[in-house]
Amino acid sequence: MKPAEVKIQNIEKSYEGVKALYNISLDIQPGELFGFIGPDGAGKTTLFRIMASLLLPDAGKITVSGLDVVANYKELRHILGYMPGRFSLYPDLSVEENLRFFAGVHGTTIKQNYDLIKDIYQQIEPFKNRPAGKLSGGMKQKLALSCALIHKPALLLLDEPTTGVDAVSRQEFWNMLKHLKKEGITIVVSTPYMDEASLCDKVALMQKGQIMDIEKPAVIVEKFGYQLLSIKSNRMFALLHDLQQFEHSLSAYRFGDSIHYIPESPIKDFNILSYKLAERGHSEIVIKETQAVVEDCFILLMQQSEKAHGINS
Amino acid sequence: MRIIFYILQKEFRQIFRDKVMLPIIIVIPMIQLFILSYTATFEIKNTRLSIVDQDKSTTSRALISKFSGSSFFTIASYETSYEDGMERIKTGTTDQLLVIGKDTEKKLSRKEEASVLLVTNAINGSAASLMNAYASGIINDFNRFILEDQGPAGAVPALIAVQSRHWYNPKLDYKTFMVPGILVLLVTLIGMFLSGMNIVKEKEKGTIEQINVTPIKKYQFMIGKLLPFWLLALFELMIGLAFARLVFSIPMEGSVVLLLGIASVYLLVVLGLGLLASTVSDTMQQAMFISWFFVVIFILMSGLFTPVESMPAWAQNLNRLNPVAYFIQINRMIMLKGSGFQEVSGLFVALCVYAAAILSIAVKRYKKTA
Repeated sequence: MKPAEVKIQNIEKSYEGVKALYNISLDIQPGELFGFIGPDGAGKTTLFRIMASLLLPDAGKITVSGLDVVANYKELRHILGYMPGRFSLYPDLSVEENLRFFAGVHGTTIKQNYDLIKDIYQQIEPFKNRPAGKLSGGMKQKLALSCALIHKPALLLLDEPTTGVDAVSRQEFWNMLKHLKKEGITIVVSTPYMDEASLCDKVALMQKGQIMDIEKPAVIVEKFGYQLLSIKSNRMFALLHDLQQFEHSLSAYRFGDSIHYIPESPIKDFNILSYKLAERGHSEIVIKETQAVVEDCFILLMQQSEKAHGINS
Repeated sequence: MRIIFYILQKEFRQIFRDKVMLPIIIVIPMIQLFILSYTATFEIKNTRLSIVDQDKSTTSRALISKFSGSSFFTIASYETSYEDGMERIKTGTTDQLLVIGKDTEKKLSRKEEASVLLVTNAINGSAASLMNAYASGIINDFNRFILEDQGPAGAVPALIAVQSRHWYNPKLDYKTFMVPGILVLLVTLIGMFLSGMNIVKEKEKGTIEQINVTPIKKYQFMIGKLLPFWLLALFELMIGLAFARLVFSIPMEGSVVLLLGIASVYLLVVLGLGLLASTVSDTMQQAMFISWFFVVIFILMSGLFTPVESMPAWAQNLNRLNPVAYFIQINRMIMLKGSGFQEVSGLFVALCVYAAAILSIAVKRYKKTA
C-alpha cells in the first residue's frame, strides 16, 4: 500500500463553548514522519481523534489519501492505524490474543504481516502468554504499536506514545519509528517533549488550539534569530526574577538547571551583565552563549503570540 | 461472519477468564434459587397463639385442643385476663390472642349464642389475614361439631359442604409457585446486568477507542456483545430448570422447547434494555444503577411475590410495560399448567413487539452515542 497523504483544511472544534482547535490547516506528505509538538491542552489529542474519525469537526475537512474522514470513514479505517494516548488494549487478554484479535477484525493474520512488526514484536514475544495488563509501560507500548500496525496501515497515528515512558524506552521507540518509515508508512506523532521534535521530519508547534509554526526542526532552530544566554548564579530563583525585570530583557525562563535569557539586542560584553547581577546580590555567576533548541523557539513563539493576542497568563 | 467470530472468541475468553464474574454467573444464581425458593414463602407455620380461657370447661378445652392440634398454631402461653394477653401482643411475644368468655359452655348447652374473641397482630397484613382465616376455619369446624353433637341428627341444618381442590398446585406448595418466577428473575439479572456492564466496561477502560478505529461494523459489534450473554442466559435457564426438577421436584407440565423458545425472545428484550442502559452511561456504576432501578420495579410489580390482580388499576396498566411480568406468567403457565403455544400466544406476541421496539431504540441510541 502506498503511504498516505494527509490534508487538513480549516479544522475547528469546540467543547461546550470552549474552543479546542482554531482553524488548523496543514499538509502531511506521503511517507513523512510528522510531529505535533505542544504542551498538555494544546489540542493535539482532539486533532488526532478527528483524523482517526472518532470525533466530528465543527468545521473544516481532513482527507487521508483522498478519503474524507467524515464521509469515507469506513474505507479510512482499513488503512488507518491508531494508537491512543491511553493504553486501550484488553488487559485480561494475553499479548498474543490481543494481537490475534486485532489482526482478525482487520481480516488478516499475524503471519501475513509478521515482517512489518517483527522487530517490535520480537521484543515482547517471550511474554506472549502474559495478560497485557501485567506488562511494563514500555512493553505495553510495543504491544499497542504492534496491534496498530498488524494490518499494514498506510497512515499511523500515534497520540503521545512516549508520555510516561522511561528515557531508554523512548529512545528505542523513536528508533522503531525510523524503521517503520522505511516500510512506506506515513507516521503522525504527537508529543509534549520538545527534545523529540528533532527526531521528526517536520513538526507543527501547537499551543492553545493553534499552530504557531510548521517547519523542519532544523529550520525552526535556524529561524530563532536572537542571542541566547545560559546563566547560572548562587540564587537561581531570584536570578529568574531579576533577569525578567531587566530593561532590555526580551525573555527569561528556566531551562534545565540554568536560566535562558534572551536580550533584545545581542550583548558582546558579558561583564556588564555580570556586574549588574552582582549589584543585585548574585555571586558565582556563569554566563555562556548557547545554541537555541526547539524548546527555546517554542517558548519565544508562545510569548510572541500571547503578546500579539494580549493574553495574560 | 469472520469478524463476528473473532469478537465472540474474545468475549468468551474474557468471560471465562474473569475469576470474579464467572462464579457470579454460574454459582450465585443457583444459590439464589435455592435460598429464595425456601425463604420467599407466604406459607405460615407456627403462629404463636396465646389463650385466655375464662370458661375452663370441657367445651373450651376441646376448642383449645383443636388449635394445639393444628400445625399452623403453637400455643405460646395461657393468660388469665384479656389485659395480660394484650400485653403479650404489644410486646410481640405472641401473634394472636384467643379469648374464650365465661359461661361459654353454659350458653351453648342452653342453645344460646356464645362468642369468642380473636385478636390478631396485623402489622403484616397478608400474614394476619391468613392467620385469621385459619383460626376462623378451626372455630367454624368446631361449631359444626357442636351442632352435630347437640341435637338429634335431623336437627342439623342442611349445609352446603364445600370441598376445595387446588388445581395446578394441589398441595399449595409455595415452592411450586415461586421457582418458575425465580428462574425468570435469574435470567433477567444475567441478561440485563452483564450485557449492559460489558459494553460500558469497554468505554470505561478506553478499549472502545481501539475498536472504533477498526473496520468492525456496528451490527457486528453488537451481535458479538449480546450473543454471548443470550447463550449464557439460556444455558442458565436450562440448568435452573434441571435444578427445579431434581431438587424441588417442580413439575414440568408443558414443553421445555416452547419455554426455551419464548425465553430466547424474552432475552432479546432484556438484552436490549441492558444495551439501552449502557448507551446512556459512561461508567459501570451508572449502568449498574440504571439497570438496578428498572429491575427492582419490574420485579416488585411482576407478580413474583404478590398477585398482579390485586394491584391498583394504574399499576396493572403500567405492568403492560413490564417484560418480567409477561415472562413469569408464561413460565408459570407452561411449567405448572402445561399450557401450549395457543394459550400463551397473546403474551408471546407482546414480548415479540417489545423485543423489536426495545432493540431498535437501543441500536438507534447506540449509533448516536458511539
